[in-house]
Amino acid sequence: MQVTMTVNGKSYTRDVEPRLLLVDFIRSELALTGTNIGCDTSQCGACTIHLNGKAVKSCTVFAVQAAGAELTTIEGLAGTGLHPMQQAFWDKHGLQCGYCTPGMIMTAVKLVERHGGTLSEEEIRHGLAGNLCRCTGYQNIVKAVQQAATEMGGGD
Amino acid sequence: MGNYMGESIKRREDPRFIQGKGKYVANLHIPNMAHVAILRSPYAHARIRSINTDAAKALDGVIAVYTGQELIDGGVGKLPCGWNVPDIKVPDRWPLMVDRVRHVGDSVVAVVAESPYIAYDALELIEVDYEPLPVVIDARKTTEPGVPLVHDEIPDNISYAWALGNKDETEQAFASAEHVVELELINQRLIPNAMEPRAAVAQWDAYTEEMTLWTTSQNPHPIRLLLSAFTLGIPEQKLRVISPDVGGGFGSKIFHYPEEVIVPWIAREINRPVKWVCSRSESYLTDSHGRDHVTVARLALKKDGTFTGLHVQTWSNQGAYLSTFAPLIPTALYITLLSGLYKIPAIWGEMWGTLTNTVPVDAYRGAGRPEASYLVERLVDIAAQELGMDPVELRRKNFIPADEFPYQTPVAFLYDSGDYHRLFDKALGMFGYDALRESQKAAREQGRLVGIGVAGCIEASGPAPSQVAGALGAAVGFWESAVIRVHPTGKATVLTGSHSHGQGHETTFAQVVADQLGMDINDVEIVHGDTGRVPFGMGTYGSRSGCVGGSALVRAAEKVRAKAIKIAAHQMEAAEEDIVYDRTTGKLHVKGSPAHAKGFAEIAFAAYTAHNLPAGLEPGLEESAFYDPANFTFPNSCHISQVEIDRETGEVHIQHYTAVDDVGNVINPLVVEGQILGGIVQGIGQALTEAAVYDEAGQLLSGSMMDYAVPKAMLFPMFDVDRTVTPSPHNPLGVKGAGEMGTIAATVAIANAVMDALAPLGIRHLEMPLTASKLWHAIQGASGGNGMQATNETPLGGRDEPGDPANWPERQILSD
Ligand code: FES
Ligand code: FES
Repeated sequence: MQVTMTVNGKSYTRDVEPRLLLVDFIRSELALTGTNIGCDTSQCGACTIHLNGKAVKSCTVFAVQAAGAELTTIEGLAGTGLHPMQQAFWDKHGLQCGYCTPGMIMTAVKLVERHGGTLSEEEIRHGLAGNLCRCTGYQNIVKAVQQAATEMGGGD
Repeated sequence: MGNYMGESIKRREDPRFIQGKGKYVANLHIPNMAHVAILRSPYAHARIRSINTDAAKALDGVIAVYTGQELIDGGVGKLPCGWNVPDIKVPDRWPLMVDRVRHVGDSVVAVVAESPYIAYDALELIEVDYEPLPVVIDARKTTEPGVPLVHDEIPDNISYAWALGNKDETEQAFASAEHVVELELINQRLIPNAMEPRAAVAQWDAYTEEMTLWTTSQNPHPIRLLLSAFTLGIPEQKLRVISPDVGGGFGSKIFHYPEEVIVPWIAREINRPVKWVCSRSESYLTDSHGRDHVTVARLALKKDGTFTGLHVQTWSNQGAYLSTFAPLIPTALYITLLSGLYKIPAIWGEMWGTLTNTVPVDAYRGAGRPEASYLVERLVDIAAQELGMDPVELRRKNFIPADEFPYQTPVAFLYDSGDYHRLFDKALGMFGYDALRESQKAAREQGRLVGIGVAGCIEASGPAPSQVAGALGAAVGFWESAVIRVHPTGKATVLTGSHSHGQGHETTFAQVVADQLGMDINDVEIVHGDTGRVPFGMGTYGSRSGCVGGSALVRAAEKVRAKAIKIAAHQMEAAEEDIVYDRTTGKLHVKGSPAHAKGFAEIAFAAYTAHNLPAGLEPGLEESAFYDPANFTFPNSCHISQVEIDRETGEVHIQHYTAVDDVGNVINPLVVEGQILGGIVQGIGQALTEAAVYDEAGQLLSGSMMDYAVPKAMLFPMFDVDRTVTPSPHNPLGVKGAGEMGTIAATVAIANAVMDALAPLGIRHLEMPLTASKLWHAIQGASGGNGMQATNETPLGGRDEPGDPANWPERQILSD
């Protein structure tokens, strides 16, 4: 089947099998390997991207379901330089092996956008329930999200 | 310039990770690459009657299908065990099994196809005729009459037995004990769950007959050695093993796995690049698991609380085969740590390494040391309860005093340094121990289940003096290598045999070298994880990178400085002894005249032009070192937690958590704190949520992330983390290992808190994980609730009581 979608502001058209997972499409067809795969049961969140403005686990979506959609992956999050969330993960040592990090950052960006700059530690910890990290113990991730939230401000 | 030691420098590797540019093996794409999938046994134990791969081979897009026999005919060898204790029986393990499978997930057939999707389709078309056999799962049942043998040639399913300590003194200590605490406990099986699943990519160059293997390994050189000498047979000089960015390991990526043989073998066979990526579900069935001990332990005391003896018997479940370092974990990394932080004059520890129809068990973060800490610290808590003492006071009474280091335990180790009273003072102060004990009393009066748990733990990190390791069974040495290659412009490329899979070596090792040579840190590049670029090195595990790898860097830097001084002395017409190498500025001058200094870059350039060098001095400025540590280092920790258990749901809420660790000097406090924080969460995972659960047929019930509870962010409060420092006296940096301490201490700090919370209900001990459902049942049972009983079988169900020393089995004594 032919699908067309916009990824990081660029339009792509590809012939794909209907069963091809969106995450495999992104990684293999578009060679955007910043989106990682950490599980096969939709638990880990390593594959999180933005699909039409929402944080979505791209392993739970078929590529064909994303036809016509606007996607952002970790590679396209910042334009130039670093997004405040990326900067905060760096500043606060919110990563070690880095494998969960792109998914964490993509989830956290939407979490802050939803809650604005005032979100509480508890809201952050609950908001990250769909993203597993085996290295950091989460504490510095929470601090990173707090820093970015202050910086990003806003909210609905 | 210089002065980088002890600085919280932000990691230089992070920009690539936060921008999605991590170089993980699964991200590698090579044109014309084919994809491998492995058919795995659905049975825990079965004979393979026949395998029919015709339909799979006929599928469009399938390139080839291989069985175990074809691999053997093609020259692959058995996977070796790299740790051989006396009289060990090592079962055969092939990359693909041939006539029998011994655990669910055992590998049977390999398919290579044009895409991973096609390779998985082909697996469905393979017919294997299995004849299921009876299984044994539980370590404590392996020797019972009528239990099947996992390997026909290994009687009683016992691969080896091991013991250490002073047996006679221990017998006497129990004979004259005024009080004895006895505890049977289980240290449950865990699954490491590094977030990056294992992967391998291989490329064969048919012209040069060179193989390159990219693999998710913590130690690429030992993997190359094993591939070359045992499993694949490609000579070491023709084989390059690269571990690029590795997404966590926690031990599970130390070992030599079947796929590391299968993938390059196929790449050569079909003369195409080949990739294999493990799915998470497969990784549950194939990554080596951790822990899995059943133990009976007894502590002898005087009435005043003085420890006089400890006796430990452990049945260690090794799984269906011996993974690469499996026998090391429950022997030299476990029984050797039974002295904890304490003076215990008599210790006798013995263990049996048993084979079962389960995934092989090997090192998992902490590896043997958490098992030792858990049992010692549970015993001490129960002893305090039985003697009516405060658990802190009982610990303090038995601490090895600060002025008795180095301290020789009865179980082989010579502790290097420590000050356990100071450690506890700091932790108790930060935690507010006395005040929280007071408020606990008030909470208890209201019927609330509030508990405080203290843990004082020891670790042996930075393995190891190679000679000692050899005597204990190691088939390899445990030194580390370093090369400092100073370029003519005064910048440096540094090669280390150590390997980061999240620890941040590119930053911390650059700190060490820049500090040693007085360089700008941005002029130092760290290279690791590539046998084609780095001299043979041992890799990263056992919290050894700083103490062993970092020390190797210091030794190489010392040689660079010595040569630079020679050149400077010659050019400034002074005696070498009169040259001052100022490490804060990176300049060299003659004593007394700092104004006339030569910069490090100037000296480096002179070394390469070689126009004006001292007679007989070789040109160039590149030095290497192989550092073999004089001893392990012995980090220690005090972790204290407060929990409250919800009576209605059994849920544990962690209210306060304080961690004070003595990891000696630190290179980068930010990185060390990160290691401790991550370790704490993994340790709490064992205490509260994680367990590998097998059913009676040997099916892994917790075989996916849906069923195996890797802890999530909302389980935890903010941890209060700090350090005390007693430098290790025997390595040049004074550092001790920091990678595992958090995991070792946290499990029992939380378990002790939960048991303290339940103490008013008369519950003495429950096995981990202390899940809400287990606690709810225990609370109901204890308070007469609905009459349901806590499920907490005794580990030895049916076995003879080990209590009487006359019944202790004879085992080889390695040391007195
Ligand atoms: S890979 Fe998508 S949730 Fe784990
Ligand atoms: S940084 Fe390794 S899994 Fe999160």
